Amino acid sequence: MEYYLETPVKEEDIRKLKVGDLVFLSGTVITARDEAHLKALELHGKGQRLPVGFKGRGVYHCGPVMKKVGGEWKVIAAGPTTSARMGIFEDKFIEAFRPAMIIGKGGMGERTAKACEKFGCVYGYFTGGAAVLAANRIKGVRAVYWLEELGMPECLWVCETENFGPMLVTIDTHRHNLTEDVKRKVMKNKAKIIEALE
Amino acid sequence: MKKLEQIIKDTAVELLRISTTDLHKDVVKELKKAKEQTEGALGRSQLENILKNIESARKKSLPMCQDTGIVSFVVKLGDEFPIRSKLKEILMKATRRATEEVPLRPNAVDIFEGNTGNNIGKNGYVPHFYIDLVEGDELELIAVPKGGGSSNVAALKMLKPGVGIKGVKKFVIEAVAAAGSLGCPPYSVGVGVGGGEDICMYLGKKALLKPVGERNPNPKVAQIEKELLEKINELNIGAMGLGEGPTAFDVHFEIAARHPASLPVGVVISCWALRHAKATISSNGEVTIKKDI
Repeated sequence: MEYYLETPVKEEDIRKLKVGDLVFLSGTVITARDEAHLKALELHGKGQRLPVGFKGRGVYHCGPVMKKVGGEWKVIAAGPTTSARMGIFEDKFIEAFRPAMIIGKGGMGERTAKACEKFGCVYGYFTGGAAVLAANRIKGVRAVYWLEELGMPECLWVCETENFGPMLVTIDTHRHNLTEDVKRKVMKNKAKIIEALE
Repeated sequence: MKKLEQIIKDTAVELLRISTTDLHKDVVKELKKAKEQTEGALGRSQLENILKNIESARKKSLPMCQDTGIVSFVVKLGDEFPIRSKLKEILMKATRRATEEVPLRPNAVDIFEGNTGNNIGKNGYVPHFYIDLVEGDELELIAVPKGGGSSNVAALKMLKPGVGIKGVKKFVIEAVAAAGSLGCPPYSVGVGVGGGEDICMYLGKKALLKPVGERNPNPKVAQIEKELLEKINELNIGAMGLGEGPTAFDVHFEIAARHPASLPVGVVISCWALRHAKATISSNGEVTIKKDI
């Protein structure tokens, strides 16, 4: 199934999605990688407010190439980064900030999948490296936070998107995790191949 | 006429632009073939997206992937080429300029002070230069930007020599299986064997510069490359790790002599975007840019 969703996405709409569905997301998508996750959780732990809210929005594992043209930020290339790195704190992030979608590439593990199930979030797989396709669907940069401190790849870029996608749902709220299923098969294949080596 | 120094700088900027915005024809051919041969809709749509993205990046002259990598240059410097020790400084200036002009993503991060903003590391190791001294009066430059995602899945193991070739094959298969979906497959796999812990990794990276489908001149090694390519594809990681479509396009080996006590193996993996671009510059400033190495 194909879904065209708008932020803020309601939890009931997220819970309708299933692994294998394609999603196009319009509205607000905010980039956040390793450093931004750490900083956001640190501030949250101290009871401080973040400069931007994630609720019902997309969190994009992406370190874009941006260029300032005539005083405005222009998105040059903005494909996803490897999400697995964020697996060490994504569950806490989902619990604290309640985004509707985690967007990235490569898939994520069981901890994240459990948080998705519990708090109503899905993982949207955007084709890795497809940076120009992604940039084409970002209509503008509404704000940027923590640029000075974290640098261009790691800061929070608040992006306005129009039909951002296609994103393949690989973690849904129903205990399915497509990339983990593939991983298990690969490990079985590996054992067989190594067994037969000469 | 422009000064030679300026010509080198302009050429290096151009190589960084070409390598990050336009993929080699032979890699694109493999991606197209993969798309045709992939039956599953999940894998096929990933390959379609990749191909659309490559086309769009080429037309707009924009980086095909936002991760324009850590920059390195593979250099062959002729005996009679007039610019020598100044070359590194020129290539660093070119990297700085390409960061602004292409643009490239600033990817040189100081562990204490953060991103330098210009792809130049504070301690002089980034960008990295592999310099070989050769006969003649030409300078050959290959720009090799390599992304972090596929670099993160590289693997090194100092095997016990007793495990032999079978042990090498086993380690390569384990390394690619562990890479899984993380480094943006379909992959190209470079394997360096022997030398030492540093040399085998360098050889693995160097092996990635070989054209798709080119086999090692040693028939024994060529046979291992063919066997491993087949077995890696039997892992069935698939395009983007979704279990459909090819896992790898090619496997290349580079082998050095090993220490009697060591069998070092380096596995260097490239994402689908196997990026590099080459130029030669003669001492009178004539430039030949060759996209397909």
